[in-house]
Amino acid sequence: MNANAQAIADWTAGAEAIVYQSCSACGGLQYFHRSFCARCGAPDPVEQRASGRGTVYATSLVCRAATPETRAHVPYNIILVDTDEGFRMMAHGDHDLTIGDKVTAGYAPFAGRLVPYFKRITP
Amino acid sequence: MSFITGVGLTAFGKHEGSSSLDLMSKAAELAISDAGLKRADIDGVLCGYSTVSPHIMLATVFAEHFGIKPAYAHAVQVGGATGLAMTMLAHHLVEAGVASHVLVVGGENRLTGQSRDASILALAQVGHPDYEVPLGPTIPAYYGLVASRYMHEYGVTQEDLAEFAVLMRQHALSHPGAQFHDAITVADVMASKPVALPLKLLDCCSVSDGGAAFVVSRERTTEAGVRVLGCAQAHTHQHVTAAPALSELGAEIAVARAKALSGVAISDVRYAAVYDSFTITLAMLLEDLGLAKRGEAAALVRSGHFSRDGVMPLNTHGGLLSYGHCGVGGAMAHLVETHLQMTGRAGNRQVRDASVALLHGDGGVLSSHVTMFLERVR
Repeated sequence: MNANAQAIADWTAGAEAIVYQSCSACGGLQYFHRSFCARCGAPDPVEQRASGRGTVYATSLVCRAATPETRAHVPYNIILVDTDEGFRMMAHGDHDLTIGDKVTAGYAPFAGRLVPYFKRITP
Repeated sequence: MSFITGVGLTAFGKHEGSSSLDLMSKAAELAISDAGLKRADIDGVLCGYSTVSPHIMLATVFAEHFGIKPAYAHAVQVGGATGLAMTMLAHHLVEAGVASHVLVVGGENRLTGQSRDASILALAQVGHPDYEVPLGPTIPAYYGLVASRYMHEYGVTQEDLAEFAVLMRQHALSHPGAQFHDAITVADVMASKPVALPLKLLDCCSVSDGGAAFVVSRERTTEAGVRVLGCAQAHTHQHVTAAPALSELGAEIAVARAKALSGVAISDVRYAAVYDSFTITLAMLLEDLGLAKRGEAAALVRSGHFSRDGVMPLNTHGGLLSYGHCGVGGAMAHLVETHLQMTGRAGNRQVRDASVALLHGDGGVLSSHVTMFLERVR
């Protein structure tokens, strides 16, 4: 949906990438793409590719899904990750992830699409 | 000034064959009659939405169906906060002289009117269409995420959360209109089917058919006087991905604004009506509103603090968790019950003192908040 507006294709457009925007006026970061900075209103935030590394902020193992396509995948672990770059994103991850775990992103098929899938970084 | 002059509530559960408009009409009839008014006295209509029968002009459709020609009418959509947001607007409308008697109404055949999957799917759309919905989250998953973080930060356990489900069920047992009439224990909640961990089936509200309505008027129409002391909102985000830290959520902001506007302190409050879509919602909101210290709400439930004969009776009809949840009308039932308590009409559920009440609604994923204080006047 955002693919046309994006300079760098990300997972929402089927590419193996996580992309965020940073504002050259105020330095604000945002994950949901827009043509302006939601913090200060300045136009044309710069798109950047994220490293895929971050820390688990929250988890919920979904055991009951809403559609036939997603039901085929239960249980699946939905997580919020605070990325090293400083924005928060929703993704999938290993079932044994716990809050505070350092993680890194890969990609996995889910309900006919590609979604970011995080695994723990083993020290 | 504005007064809640009448309330109406249907039983929640299955109303086979009733449409959303039928359930809205039934509740509206009850509320208007409770206010001692006639349909023709209603000059304003605010209604919520129906996921079963979406319409771009639901208030107008309702007015025609119900048979009234109001001078002011439109729908309001703020998810679970819709009922209190409409009440807040009605309060301002009558204070501003736009209308004398505003009918606030919500109702939906959410249980029998569509499949459970359709209902879950419609609600999942509160997620971000590009960055969240493709991941297959459900409403319980959004709240499951919040629950995992809250438990982590404040040392709350799944057993703690279960206490809220048990309390709401206990309260529902004495209300004939409630959807659920079987007592449950903490062990039952813990053993119920996992939905979106840490939330299990009995941590989640149900899907119901039902309707609720009230009349908000510039002047009292009957003996029973329930006055709106003050109300306020806060909207910090829509999507859980964009939510602020747990210590900066909208309930704290809304209640602070409502306290400043009304001059009410939490220590003045005698009855609480708090949104309870999930056990975690209720636990967090009670603590955000200042009705319990951080991480201590469950201990207060165990001590009987929020029970009918406790210090702060809470959702004595059973709340969304056990009276039921029919969409917009679901959280409106909290206000109906509050009105019955404040006017001494709650029968076998009557509390000792409900002279000042705190009401709070939450829409989205703790996204939109409305806090309201009501006072009984004699």
